[in-house]
Amino acid sequence: MALAKLKMDTTDTRLAGVVVPDGAAWSNDVRADAILRVRQMGLPTKRDEYWKYTDPASLTAAETPKASLFVNDEGPLFDAVDRVRIVFSDGVFDADASDDLTAEGVEITRLADAMQTDIHWVKDLYGVLEKRGQTPVARPLAALNTALATDGIVIRVTGKTAKPINFIYLHKDETSDVALHNVIKIEAGAEMTLLETGPAAARFSKTLEVDVADGGAFHHVRAQGRDHERRAVTHCFARIGTQSTFKSFTLTFNGVLTRNECIIEIVGDDAVAHVAGACVGDGKDFHHDDTVFVTHDSLNCESRQVFKKVLRNGATGVFQGKILVKAGAQKTDGYQISQSLLLDEDSQFLAKPELEIYADDVACSHGSTTGAIDETALFYLRSRGVSHDEARNLLTLSFLAESLDEIEDDGLAEELRDRLEAWLARHS
Amino acid sequence: MLEIKGLQVKLEEEDKQILKGVDLKIEPGTVHAIMGPNGSGKSTLSYVLSGKGGYEVIGGSATLDGQNLLEMEPEDRAALGLFLAFQYPVEIPGVGNMTFLRTAVNAQRKARGEEELSAGDFLKEVRAKAKSLDIDAEMLKRPVNVGFSGGEKKRNEILQMAMLEPKMCILDETDSGLDVDAMKLVAEGVNALRSEGRSFLVITHYQRLLDHIKPDIVHIMSNGRIVKSGGPELALEVENNGYADIKAEVA
Repeated sequence: MALAKLKMDTTDTRLAGVVVPDGAAWSNDVRADAILRVRQMGLPTKRDEYWKYTDPASLTAAETPKASLFVNDEGPLFDAVDRVRIVFSDGVFDADASDDLTAEGVEITRLADAMQTDIHWVKDLYGVLEKRGQTPVARPLAALNTALATDGIVIRVTGKTAKPINFIYLHKDETSDVALHNVIKIEAGAEMTLLETGPAAARFSKTLEVDVADGGAFHHVRAQGRDHERRAVTHCFARIGTQSTFKSFTLTFNGVLTRNECIIEIVGDDAVAHVAGACVGDGKDFHHDDTVFVTHDSLNCESRQVFKKVLRNGATGVFQGKILVKAGAQKTDGYQISQSLLLDEDSQFLAKPELEIYADDVACSHGSTTGAIDETALFYLRSRGVSHDEARNLLTLSFLAESLDEIEDDGLAEELRDRLEAWLARHS
Repeated sequence: MLEIKGLQVKLEEEDKQILKGVDLKIEPGTVHAIMGPNGSGKSTLSYVLSGKGGYEVIGGSATLDGQNLLEMEPEDRAALGLFLAFQYPVEIPGVGNMTFLRTAVNAQRKARGEEELSAGDFLKEVRAKAKSLDIDAEMLKRPVNVGFSGGEKKRNEILQMAMLEPKMCILDETDSGLDVDAMKLVAEGVNALRSEGRSFLVITHYQRLLDHIKPDIVHIMSNGRIVKSGGPELALEVENNGYADIKAEVA
């Protein structure tokens, strides 16, 4: 079928000037295949059903929209956490700013190096999980990332890592257009925690591929920073095996456009996948989109999607979440909740929750709500002497709490909660 | 202390007058009780005094220590020393009871220009007061009123009252939903707070709460007005004969 003209034009214009990085033969093949797939799928336009609520124009434009630099007056997140820091400045790995890339139980390699190597484990994963995640819904921006990503980190986890690994994305150039691609392979029974922080770039495309083998565990806590003008499209493709655990939480402050897609494929029995997010947005130019797709293809697995958004002064929040239970995936326990708290009548929340079930012995539920601050609770707090704004902020935090509860590590959750509290106080 | 003169209140959204001229004067250190049938305006009076939205004052005044309450925000009324124990305490998931108490105590101290309590001092005080109300440490940690039984919620109200040390306490049907033992516990908590400078307005349907919290003066409210006032014996009269006699008497 011929691509619509707008889509074709968008794709041609975007691809016209791109430089596909050169590397080992296998990596060149993967990238060439990805470019071909992008051409076949075409880049998204606002006419696509999957982009109905989020206009991708600024993500696909040939020219990068400018984003002013953000001065972080709060200090780096997770500073007190003993962690391995891996720093990127506008998408370029910064060895001087990073810690030594050696840690117990992990092998850490720079993607740019791995892609130059003829034989490397990453060739079995790079672009592979992304490609699997292209059906049943096309994700052309992820394929574009596979084709163009210039840097990133690949990690093989062979044991229980002693401390979290923290990708820190610094943004120093107002027009940086960055494509990063990270790959994590968790071997059977191994465990790791990944932290991701920082504003990254004016326009940021990031793909994370995670393969969790049987009995492995992956914990992911991400904070998308307070820089207001950035645009970001991120994809996380996860494949998880028998008795494995995958838990991912994202906190988003500000941003004119953020689209976070998380695609999880549960292929082994008795596995658990949780993906959660909290976002706070203030202003007409805030737009945040969580798009989640969980596929159950095995027995007795549990998945949870918990997303909370606080929106004010004309901000827009989007949630598209799906649970697909394949035939034979019996005893699936799938749960999905998306909720927004609108602090005024100008803000909006657009939600498309979906269940598609082909097995007959499953328990799946989903819910989506949009509401305002509970006036009775507000009065209750104020009658105890708490000021209107402080009471509203307390209730807002209370609304967000259910999503923060999804974070396994209490210390990390507490730190994010403090940042949220500070954000609310600043935006009162 | 509290002085209400000719207070008239209607619903904001509806053309319905609830209070039709309430007069009430409460002296420092006294306990007043208001009894009355359903729909007489008792709870509305407590809400209007504490500043809940949805009501429009169309006449009269209400002052606490000479200050006009009706013009103030709810939090300012609280800082001035007014406290309402809710008939239905609100559940607030995600906010720890302890955090809530500390926020409230310090907000009021700040509003009055006092130093905030240190974490240690606060903890010491709250533990001692919680113990006397049979509130355990677990209940203090849990989110405000979430999963609390009826009795626990009401004890939690009294704990807040004890921590905030208000001068004018309004108890809105604090006995509703309580069994005899729970009611005794709540009443003991209230009695422990009775002092020369502190007054109480106890709103109730039934005389039995007044067996435990002994009032100085009892008022009967009917159809938006206080129709009769007297000593504690008035409550017994209601208990024995219902409100019909009194209504007939004043009609």
